[in-house]
Amino acid sequence: MSEATRRWRRGTLVRDRALSASARSVTFAVPDWPGAAAGQHVDVRLTAPDGYQAVRSYSLARAGTDREIELAVERLPDGEVSPFLVDELEPGDEVELRGPLGGWFVWRPGEQRPVQLIAGGSGIVPLVAIARAHAAADSTAPMRLLASVRTPESALYRDELEQLRATAPTRWHYTRVAPPGWTGPVGRLSPRDLEREVIAGSQHPLVYVCGPTGFVEAVARTLIDLGQTADSIRTERFGGT
Amino acid sequence: MMRPLDGNVLAGPVSGLFAFDATSTRAQCDGCGDVAMIAQAMVYGEPMGYVVRCRLCDSVLLVVVERARHRLLSMPGVRWLRVDTQDDGPAGP
Amino acid sequence: MAVFGGRHRESNPSLPPGQYETQSFPVLSAGPTPEIDTAEWEFFIHTETGPSRRWTWDQFRALPAEDITPDIHCVTSWSKFDTPWRGVSLDTLFADVETDLDFVMAHSYGGYTTNLPLEEILDGRAWIAYEYDGDDLEPEHGGPARLLVPHLYFWKSAKWIRGLVMQSEDNPGFWEQYGYHNHGDPWREERYA
Repeated sequence: MSEATRRWRRGTLVRDRALSASARSVTFAVPDWPGAAAGQHVDVRLTAPDGYQAVRSYSLARAGTDREIELAVERLPDGEVSPFLVDELEPGDEVELRGPLGGWFVWRPGEQRPVQLIAGGSGIVPLVAIARAHAAADSTAPMRLLASVRTPESALYRDELEQLRATAPTRWHYTRVAPPGWTGPVGRLSPRDLEREVIAGSQHPLVYVCGPTGFVEAVARTLIDLGQTADSIRTERFGGT
Repeated sequence: MMRPLDGNVLAGPVSGLFAFDATSTRAQCDGCGDVAMIAQAMVYGEPMGYVVRCRLCDSVLLVVVERARHRLLSMPGVRWLRVDTQDDGPAGP
Repeated sequence: MAVFGGRHRESNPSLPPGQYETQSFPVLSAGPTPEIDTAEWEFFIHTETGPSRRWTWDQFRALPAEDITPDIHCVTSWSKFDTPWRGVSLDTLFADVETDLDFVMAHSYGGYTTNLPLEEILDGRAWIAYEYDGDDLEPEHGGPARLLVPHLYFWKSAKWIRGLVMQSEDNPGFWEQYGYHNHGDPWREERYA
């Protein structure tokens, strides 16, 4: 891990847009940003006027060597940092950033194996970065995304993923409310759903699972029961419920 | 409800403690002998500190406590760390 | 420009320095939640002469209990006011214990430890609590029973308590050996050693 990675650098908010009622995409200009691999995250540090600091980790929604980084932040009900980033931060404001971080939950364009991405809620963010990197590299490795969301309105990056349909098709799964006309199942991802939607273990896919801890554990356990090998499943859990 | 995170979250807190990305380093648990990436371990105890436990036997592999002016790292349950150096040069035979 | 405030530093005389008030009950744990069957549960006190007292769950529940509503303060900066507990005073548990040792190591199911001076847990200042807000203490909050030492930072209130071992020195427990304060008084901000 290099000096460049562990240093805190200043990022200036240059663009933002709502992703849902509770999530916001925020893009920061970071003049000396070294670039990131798909799936990596950054730590964001906020400092109050009296010196109090809070640090949280957020996945990057886009890999690459631009001098800009895009994060997607979901407002947590009892959060301290996320409500500030979603509701208060204004263009021109600065935060401190440390990264890029993580070397395991990463997809690199040289990878030839089929890739199955599985997201729970805002766990989709690093998987969007992977799908984007896959398209940008013209990778020939098959890639699919299965995205579990509570309601159609809580789906993040739906339009972007629609544009990536040719290289990394997305299957949406609804746990609470499905869109009108939906004929598929509604509810938690079942073993049967995973068996139907996930690239079979016989094709030796790399599987990336990101979401709340309970979601990741349930999905990973089921995949192993369905014959995927544990070493081919890469997981990233975040807190919350 | 306290849910554990996994070792990916350690990438920032341990950055700079090692000359490599510790989360994609393999370690052997001194308790049960399991070999896994640090990223695959279970992490508890945030924000007091990061208590990194074996994914199989719950032994404490590492503890990281971040403070304003220093970071403390303890490795009470790691038998060894294996650092992959293939990014630094040509792969061996 | 948006100014980050954090959610602490309210001026309330009931709040120790650097704390903020929360209405929720955050859960912080250094390990997985152990499953403890009260049929197997025990609580013990060991002294310099070895095992001194031991209670089964039924024996423990037959002891006189108290209702208390202390404020609690976590070193991670949240405080919670008027928390309703029911439990057995350490004075009751130590009534027949003879010891010349001045310090205690609390041991929990799951392996957690924390150290305390004996005088800090006597004289109506500490309990083994088994109810919260009128219900059995939930496992994630330390059930079936936890140590409750509300005048110290809450990591001292060991969840899933199993026993107390008297010690001659104030040897550090789990967090204390990694730099947290041996004493942990929130009013003096004794967060770190």
